[in-house]
Amino acid sequence: MKKRTFREWLKAWDEGEIDFSVPGPGCPETPGDAASSGDAADDRPAPKDDAAIRAYARRFRDREAALFRRIYPVMVVLIVAVISVFLLRVVTELPPFGSADTPANSSETIRRYLEDGLSETGAVNVVAGVILDYRAFDTLGESHVLFTAACAVLILLLSSEKQSDSLRVREILEKDAVLHTTGRVLIPLILLFGIYIVLCGHLGPGGGFSGGAVIGSALILYSLCYGPERVRKGLNLKSYRVTVLTALLFYSLAKCYSFFCGANGLETIFGPGTPGNLFSAGLILPLNLAVGTVVACTMYGFYALFTEGTV
Amino acid sequence: MLRILWDSRIQSAAVILFAVGFTTLLLNRNLMKKIVGLNIMDTAAYLFLTSIGYIEGRLPPILADGVADASAYVNPLPAGLVLTGIVVSVSVTAVLLALSLRLYKRYHTLDLDTIYRIVHEEAEERE
Repeated sequence: MKKRTFREWLKAWDEGEIDFSVPGPGCPETPGDAASSGDAADDRPAPKDDAAIRAYARRFRDREAALFRRIYPVMVVLIVAVISVFLLRVVTELPPFGSADTPANSSETIRRYLEDGLSETGAVNVVAGVILDYRAFDTLGESHVLFTAACAVLILLLSSEKQSDSLRVREILEKDAVLHTTGRVLIPLILLFGIYIVLCGHLGPGGGFSGGAVIGSALILYSLCYGPERVRKGLNLKSYRVTVLTALLFYSLAKCYSFFCGANGLETIFGPGTPGNLFSAGLILPLNLAVGTVVACTMYGFYALFTEGTV
Repeated sequence: MLRILWDSRIQSAAVILFAVGFTTLLLNRNLMKKIVGLNIMDTAAYLFLTSIGYIEGRLPPILADGVADASAYVNPLPAGLVLTGIVVSVSVTAVLLALSLRLYKRYHTLDLDTIYRIVHEEAEERE
């Protein structure tokens, strides 16, 4: 068999050339297996007759499937009931809800985050300080998970053919005056709000993930109102890749720098600054921007791939 | 025991949500409903985690007035962990939906039993 690229394999699978479901050796289609279960041994066919064996195997499979279908819901309900009773029993053993002196709430780490977080990271929002400074590796992995998921969706759904039904819907939507006026009023406000959430992630509730999702929703709304071609002028497949990869690369390099300096006791150029200012808290603001870019692009990318088949 | 369950009703609600999601995941044959069930299970886990970090009568961990006292704020760590969980569940959902779309384009159904039957019929035709 000649070597194929991944896309060719995928295409072959899509067209039904490859079949993963052909039963291999050891399936209960052989008469010996079927007979050993002792079920309806009298209509056992002669071993040489292929068609009869296949018919028998199908009947056996159907009977098994019917039995399975009857037992399965009962078993599911039983198992879930047992699990939930067990978990509720565990809940009664937990410390009371809202108490301060539980092991999870009174540990040394939490006290360190709350009492020294402001002077060490400069972030007024302690959660932002935790996820983008103390535990920045975690957030880096998170961004890469999102990026990998976007890549997987891109591989699975990228197609060059136009989808006719979405074209028809778009023609109707593009003539809609109400939609256009609402879009013209709402989209700038949503974008502005998203940018505010990203920029003030270290000063209050917010951050790259939530702000990026808001910006992504503004892009989706824009694409719905004015058609994906208008978005594609600014954000096509190439610029999408470049933007996301640049943001991830910037995140990795910035965190490399700060880990290198921190481990060797060097002075960094990103100090905590004056807490409460916009340009403070060291690397948290640029990292929030990078994460916000990745999230916004990924959200819009998911939408565009699922509806249009391309970014 | 019911008294204790009512006192920590958020955790109990999380357990019930988990059970609802798990049942949805296992009992439905439609792939889309299975994905919905998986997401309900995720939500239950987030609810449980955040409820662990909550402390009665304390402020959210935003040091707006510069008071850096650990006894004034709730636990900031579960919020960060839940954020990770939400991002991962969004990614998993996206990949699952993309795979389901591929299956739908191939078999024109999302019902697992029908897909299984079609696969077997095609295999038998080939023999």
